[in-house]
Amino acid sequence: MLAHSIFFYFFSIIAIFSSLMVITSRNTVNSVFFLILDFISVGCLFIMVGAEFLGMIILIVYVGAVAVLFLFVVMMLNVAEQKQSWFIGKKSTHIPIGLIVSVLILLELLVVVGGWKYKDDLMSSSTLNLSNISNTHQIGLVMYTDYILFFQLAGIILLLSMIGAILLTFRQRKGVKKQSYLKQISRDPSTSIELINVENNKGVKIDD
Amino acid sequence: MIEIGLGHYLSLGAIIFFLGVIGIFLNRKNIIVILMSIELILLAVNINLISFSIFSGDILGQIFTMLILTVAAAEAAIGLAIIVIYYRNKGSIRVEDIHGMKG
Repeated sequence: MLAHSIFFYFFSIIAIFSSLMVITSRNTVNSVFFLILDFISVGCLFIMVGAEFLGMIILIVYVGAVAVLFLFVVMMLNVAEQKQSWFIGKKSTHIPIGLIVSVLILLELLVVVGGWKYKDDLMSSSTLNLSNISNTHQIGLVMYTDYILFFQLAGIILLLSMIGAILLTFRQRKGVKKQSYLKQISRDPSTSIELINVENNKGVKIDD
Repeated sequence: MIEIGLGHYLSLGAIIFFLGVIGIFLNRKNIIVILMSIELILLAVNINLISFSIFSGDILGQIFTMLILTVAAAEAAIGLAIIVIYYRNKGSIRVEDIHGMKG
């Protein structure tokens, strides 16, 4: 139990520090790196608390795909040199209001957490409570039977986002010659071949 | 203090949520950091769902965490695509330069 608490404080302090650095870092590339560190430490927390499958999914999906996508866009757009300027430069009017709202949200959440009491029959109202099989096995037992509709809806959401991202960033460049299969196949000799009697010393004028 | 319970994980989720919200408000650099703050908020929601799922012995929270993960990945892809075409059209994604709707 002591090791559990030591690892909890270790990973949560790293997570809080790195999420603080995400929002205050002067360079956007550093923000993305701290975001990756945050995802990794929260994934380790998930593995530690017993949700191994979700911890590994966090590592694969967030660190492997989302954070690398952020890094790719930051480097491609060349915005890493834009310095963070919210504490210098001209003052914005919505910063005090934003601070008040954020602190209120934190206080409310902490009040709720501090006054938390377990409901008495909380443990008996669970969907599936089998402790002798692994976490991944439990998720598989529930996800592909009772929640197959949500699973397929998640797949449709991913498909839609893929189509949307491709459509948004697709652009047709001018001056690029492309092969048109339909035009190639639908040609026939009567439209593509012209027989010309060439006169002497005149040559042929080709127009197309 | 030594015994790690549900309250510790919920406090961690609350603090990360708070940092994400404050990142949205305080940011005046570029929109990518705002998207990263939204990812932080979704991560805090995931922490809450998983800790409730573990401490109450119900697997359902982890199923919903996977759905939130899917939505977060889709949102990041679409948001970054919008940012790329905005940068291609306007040449800047600074927050103070984006005032097309006079907001």
